[in-house]
Amino acid sequence: MNSIIVSALLGVVMMFSGIFTTNKTIIKNIALIGMLILLVSNIANTYGWCTVDVDVKGMLVFSKFGYLFNSIIFFTSLIYIFLSGNDFADVGNNVAEYFALIFFVLCGVAILSSYNTLLMLFLGVEIMTIPLYILAGTDKKNLKSNEAALKYFLMGAFSTGIMLMGIALIYGINGNFKIEFETTSTIQNFGILLPLGLLFIFVSMCFKVSAAPFHFWTPDVYDGSPSVFTSFMSTIVKAAGFIAFIKLFETHSIQLQTSWKLILPIIIIATLLVGNITAVFQQSVKRMLAYSSIAQAGFMLFALYSSNTLSREGILLYSAAYSFATIGIFAVLIKMKDYSFDGFNGLSKTQPVLAATATIFLFSLAGIPLTGGFFAKYFMLASALQEHKAFLMVIIAVLFAAISVYYYFRVIQAMYFKQGDAETTEITSGFKLGLIVLAALIILLGVMPSILLQWLYF
Amino acid sequence: MFSFLLILIPILSGLLLFFIKNEKSAKSLSLLASVLTLAISIISLSSKTNLNFSAEWIPSLGAKFSLSLDGLSKMLCLLNSISLPIIFLSIFKNDNKYSPNFFGLMLLMQAGIMGVFLASDALLFYFFWELALIPAYFLCSIWGGEKRIQVTFKFFIYTFVGSLLMLLGIIYLYLQTKGSHSFSIQDFYSLQLSSNKQNTIFCLMFFAFAIKMPIFPFHSWQPDTYEQAPTPVTMILSGVMVKMGVFAVIKWLIPVLPDATNHFSNIVILLSVIGMLYASLIAIKQDDVKRMIAYSSIAHIGLICAAIFSNTINGLQGALIQMFNHGIIVIGLWIVADVIEKQIGTRKFSELGGLAQKAPTLAILLVVLSFANIALPLTSAFVGEFLMFSGLFKYNIWFAAIAAISIILGAVYTLNMVQKIFYGNTVSATENAIDISWNIKLALIFLVIIVLVFGVYPMPLINLINS
Repeated sequence: MNSIIVSALLGVVMMFSGIFTTNKTIIKNIALIGMLILLVSNIANTYGWCTVDVDVKGMLVFSKFGYLFNSIIFFTSLIYIFLSGNDFADVGNNVAEYFALIFFVLCGVAILSSYNTLLMLFLGVEIMTIPLYILAGTDKKNLKSNEAALKYFLMGAFSTGIMLMGIALIYGINGNFKIEFETTSTIQNFGILLPLGLLFIFVSMCFKVSAAPFHFWTPDVYDGSPSVFTSFMSTIVKAAGFIAFIKLFETHSIQLQTSWKLILPIIIIATLLVGNITAVFQQSVKRMLAYSSIAQAGFMLFALYSSNTLSREGILLYSAAYSFATIGIFAVLIKMKDYSFDGFNGLSKTQPVLAATATIFLFSLAGIPLTGGFFAKYFMLASALQEHKAFLMVIIAVLFAAISVYYYFRVIQAMYFKQGDAETTEITSGFKLGLIVLAALIILLGVMPSILLQWLYF
Repeated sequence: MFSFLLILIPILSGLLLFFIKNEKSAKSLSLLASVLTLAISIISLSSKTNLNFSAEWIPSLGAKFSLSLDGLSKMLCLLNSISLPIIFLSIFKNDNKYSPNFFGLMLLMQAGIMGVFLASDALLFYFFWELALIPAYFLCSIWGGEKRIQVTFKFFIYTFVGSLLMLLGIIYLYLQTKGSHSFSIQDFYSLQLSSNKQNTIFCLMFFAFAIKMPIFPFHSWQPDTYEQAPTPVTMILSGVMVKMGVFAVIKWLIPVLPDATNHFSNIVILLSVIGMLYASLIAIKQDDVKRMIAYSSIAHIGLICAAIFSNTINGLQGALIQMFNHGIIVIGLWIVADVIEKQIGTRKFSELGGLAQKAPTLAILLVVLSFANIALPLTSAFVGEFLMFSGLFKYNIWFAAIAAISIILGAVYTLNMVQKIFYGNTVSATENAIDISWNIKLALIFLVIIVLVFGVYPMPLINLINS
């Protein structure tokens, strides 16, 4: 409960801080401190130290899983603001508002990690995405940014409509918004209504996490939005979408057994196919990362498919490893003057620290051992093998993982093996330090994933 | 404890080298570290205690950081730790060609390979398997020849696909272990799987090992990579790293999946024998020293693989011995190729000739190594090949007969190389050649001594692998 209240309050605080000061560094520091408070309040909540309890009539249920996920998200946001907070100023003048919107997004994330009724799911999704529509369009003079915001808004609103339709159908069967059903007999009476309602919600969630064939908005939105916000959208928001998705369909996987196990593999394979194959042909690193984020979503969907203990642990690890790596690589990308692959040529000579850390981030995204990304993928594959013996599907996924090496390593090739003088904007030593810490965290996760997972069972 | 030190020293010194800017001290430090590793692996040969190391790693997955040194891994660790000092010695006088990072990556690669030979936990094994590959990727892509980027990338993707499939096999085996699952090799050995399951996993895992060795038809990355990689790296790749594939078959494949091994042995031996003939024939047509050695290496590894799958004691023993000897011989050949390329500036037979008049020491040493490459008696390779052929002969006389043809072909291309490079009249390129410098002489003499000693008295090696 702490995190929902604190993040909402912090959003308001950030909004008003814009009135008192226009100094961007001060605003960034307020946001940093705010994020720290949010993280601490959530951790305090986890251990039950000083908690605010509001009677929500069972609409929100707080679990260790949710708390740990919140902590991961808030910690990632902290790193994100530390690394990229200064770049907010390049987007526009209303820095305080941007930070306020980010805190509102986090409020939505906190609701999504703890919702227990369809109503709260709807509220969480909306609170999370509406600020994003604004953030996508913050670069007002840039046509692409406008396009991104409009596209995102229309697609988002459309998918929310579908979700509402689904919720309405389920409400019709159940008579309330609960995500569990009392008896199985009621379900049979209503025939097709339940599967249809769930399918609608499923489709709209697929929109939110950009699973194929509902992914079409992703590349344009990610490419058009200012890079600082793309970084946020493609990591934290996507991970939260997955948590909500998994929470919802975990409870229904038994009722949906047969039909379920047919739809999901198709979606997973399609997502992997679209994401990986199109990423191969991109010329801009930013666009490549947009497509690769679709491909990564394909892997995360494995957690939904298998829903067992391994996959629950795995999705947390995946969220952490993927978010760290993506935020890191975007932080480097923002500093580049040229976003194309050739723009990275010779970065290892001009900025060795940036090149070395970027290599670790890319290794993690590609799932190379010794980085967190390896264990993230490992848990996904192992959970699928354990639950369903889905051999063929796992082999296909692994082959796509090998394809992903191709486009991630193109950046490494450019940085280390090609001649050129990659130009960057000015780089502070604090930024370098942040990158090194982030890279060290990724390696730590890759060597000892248990340090994160033990928090689930204390 | 020894096993842990064998990994720790190269890792630490490798990482340290990234922070050293002075090339002289980098060379000395790396030589020192590799000699230290060699000393430890020699001490561990006779030691009976202190060989294993085990620590908690990821308790929730049942993965342990456990290393063990048995006869086979002792021998391969010895090969690994001999090769690096010799390689460093042979490039000691190369000025300004390799930066400190080069030596750091070489040591990290050594650590990875060492870990593969030592790991007795499947997940750890996979970790080291990849850890050995990544430094190789950077080494070849930065310091390699003209087409280095594409060629190395092909090599990387090829092996990466293989190792991912191997990972699936490992996960599958892991999920079959009883109780709370574990990756330990003992648990893998005690698995009782139906033959259907065994066959599936065999295909997945053998794919990875076949690419690494490489076995026909998965070999297409190998000649290009060996040609384009900087020669010191090629020495490690062909001398030591290919042994990872053979080693993995012996330790992780055959004992875990005995039924599948019987089921597939005919196919594997057939592929190996085809590969031997095919590679030997292509080697004859080569005009480039490096490519010729690369193809000859495919032929030799093919024989080793066939002998292992022949399922006889003799074959296996011969294969184990030959793993060590092939490493020593091929590193020697690469050193010679490197010397020639550096001195004369070409690797083509057609542009060379009469070098023996100018560099007699080099000629003598190469001739010994070439004889070993054809496995003449009195060289170490003879013992191994003899045992392997007798094993193959017991398994199937026709396979043995066909494989024996490649021995004859081996003599053709190896002697052809010696003749074209060293004898005949000098040509314009070799007119001003001089004999080799002390450091290369030392490295080659050391290798030749090993070849001759084990050729006359192979018992230490046989005892080692029997223990």
